Amino acid sequence: MSIDQSTAARVAKLARIKVEEDALPALAAEFNAILGFIEQLEEVDVEGVEPMTSVTPQRLKRRADVVTDGDQQDKVLANAPDAREGFFAVPKVVE
Amino acid sequence: MLDLTFDTPKPKVIAGARQDWELVIGMEVHAQVSSKAKLFSGASTTFGAEPNSNVAFVDAAMPGMLPVINEFCVEQAVRTGLGLKADINLFSAFDRKNYFYPDLPQGYQISQLYHPIVGEGEVIVEMGEGIARQVRIERIHLEQDAGKSIHDMDPAMSFVDLNRTGVALMEIVSRPDIRGPEEAAAYLGKLRQILRYLGTCNGDMQSGAMRADVNVSICEPGAYERYQETQDFSHLGTRCEIKNMNSMRFIQQAIMVEAERQIRIVEGGGKVEQETRLYDPDKGETRSMRSKEEAHDYRYFPDPDLLPLEIEQAWVDDIKASLPELPDDKKARFMGDFGLTDYDASVLTAEVEAASYFEAVAKGRDGKQAANWVINELFGRLKKEEHDITQSPVSPDQLGGIIDLIAKGDISGKIAKDVFEIVYTEGGDPAEIVEARGMKQVTDTGAIEAAVDEIIAANPAQVEKAKQNPKLAGWFVGQVMKATGGKANPKAVNEIVSAKLGQQ
Repeated sequence: MSIDQSTAARVAKLARIKVEEDALPALAAEFNAILGFIEQLEEVDVEGVEPMTSVTPQRLKRRADVVTDGDQQDKVLANAPDAREGFFAVPKVVE
Repeated sequence: MLDLTFDTPKPKVIAGARQDWELVIGMEVHAQVSSKAKLFSGASTTFGAEPNSNVAFVDAAMPGMLPVINEFCVEQAVRTGLGLKADINLFSAFDRKNYFYPDLPQGYQISQLYHPIVGEGEVIVEMGEGIARQVRIERIHLEQDAGKSIHDMDPAMSFVDLNRTGVALMEIVSRPDIRGPEEAAAYLGKLRQILRYLGTCNGDMQSGAMRADVNVSICEPGAYERYQETQDFSHLGTRCEIKNMNSMRFIQQAIMVEAERQIRIVEGGGKVEQETRLYDPDKGETRSMRSKEEAHDYRYFPDPDLLPLEIEQAWVDDIKASLPELPDDKKARFMGDFGLTDYDASVLTAEVEAASYFEAVAKGRDGKQAANWVINELFGRLKKEEHDITQSPVSPDQLGGIIDLIAKGDISGKIAKDVFEIVYTEGGDPAEIVEARGMKQVTDTGAIEAAVDEIIAANPAQVEKAKQNPKLAGWFVGQVMKATGGKANPKAVNEIVSAKLGQQ
């Protein structure tokens, strides 16, 4: 699979990363290099090998259903560029 | 004992300008897990709190914060799966669904695309006596809810509240087995009933605790049967997804409106585009959500913050052992044990609280009579006040007491209604009320005879007429009842009047 400039532009848009038009060829080339490495990895025969999800054997940590957090409206909103009446205020988004 | 023999309902047929069309519907129902804390944080799930007060830093996606799964939410998903007779996957895993929206601070929703916790199950949706649709469940996965945007507080800004962000949802995905708007509403209703029995979701559609995305397509008659034989989707039309519906009425309207739109396109020689649409109940139309289309490439990948979720069969077995009796079984048992009709059993099992109430009343009493009192008198009275069964001022013991008084012959059915009204409005023990207010039925035949003799003596003309026309005996019965304040045993009065008038 090869990534052309328009695919690179689309991926950048979906990720909300601004990429100037003249930087797109280099970005597409980098994507292709990465995909090239992955193609190389795909040559390894992993038939019957369980995917490794952790370096040490671990079980997903669980929490009990207890309210232990919250009540910190001021802290939650502290970094917001704009907050009003306890809400984050953002430019209007309507469907 | 569960009777699974039923006929399938006829699919909805819509007449187009050129030919008939059938509907094919699949639904994705989002059910909020009734947990105290969120799926991956310790913030509260309470509805209607101050904005952004139920928010942990995990929910606000502050850098460096890590999700830790709420085990209770996992248990509820398993419970729901078992309740829908579905396969439970001991291995499941979480993936990131990436998109940008102001009410999604992470920039992704943690969901389960590749390895959902629950696999295939089924729901039996009754569409009338002996008629039901079997709707296959494809999967149930756990995922995070998004926050809430409010658009009407400021002309230029949208306000975002993250209280709902990260609340646990179960997405219940059906196969395209639903064939009409009424079936879609009934399916949602049945699902809601089962979830409420299980206690895994409160089913409150108004607060958004249950909402549905509805996939609608149209096909020519016969095409759906070919799909069912082959499971090949190419026999079906292109579907459109109507997002975020939380009213049974609007779901039905939206399906019809959308089907008619698709029929117009196809009959006009056009092609239906697969897309996400919104229903506007004010305008009675669905419209494209173009912004969603742009972002439809969600670039799912396994969430590196979360190990796979591995659960043990023994735990699943424990949950299974703790399942309550489910609506279908309860209804069948009510019909079998208490001799109730299909209709009465359905009404009484609609809500688990009502079913428990009925059972408490029916215990050791006549089931049909208990059903009549609960449905006709109690439900009727509660409805008048817009109360539900949990708000009933009459306890099962009190209602049972009234029924016992009828059975003993202490009061007639008519007086029993008066006693019921007193218990409903004033409370108290039915037997004591009957005693204290002298409402007891007169079964003493001597007293009744005396009353009958008095009426006969006072109305010689009527007696002559009644001798010619036996039907007039009813007039005497009425007079005696009136004279005794309705307390005379009607059966005894009837017999004595007939005897005195020489009709026996």
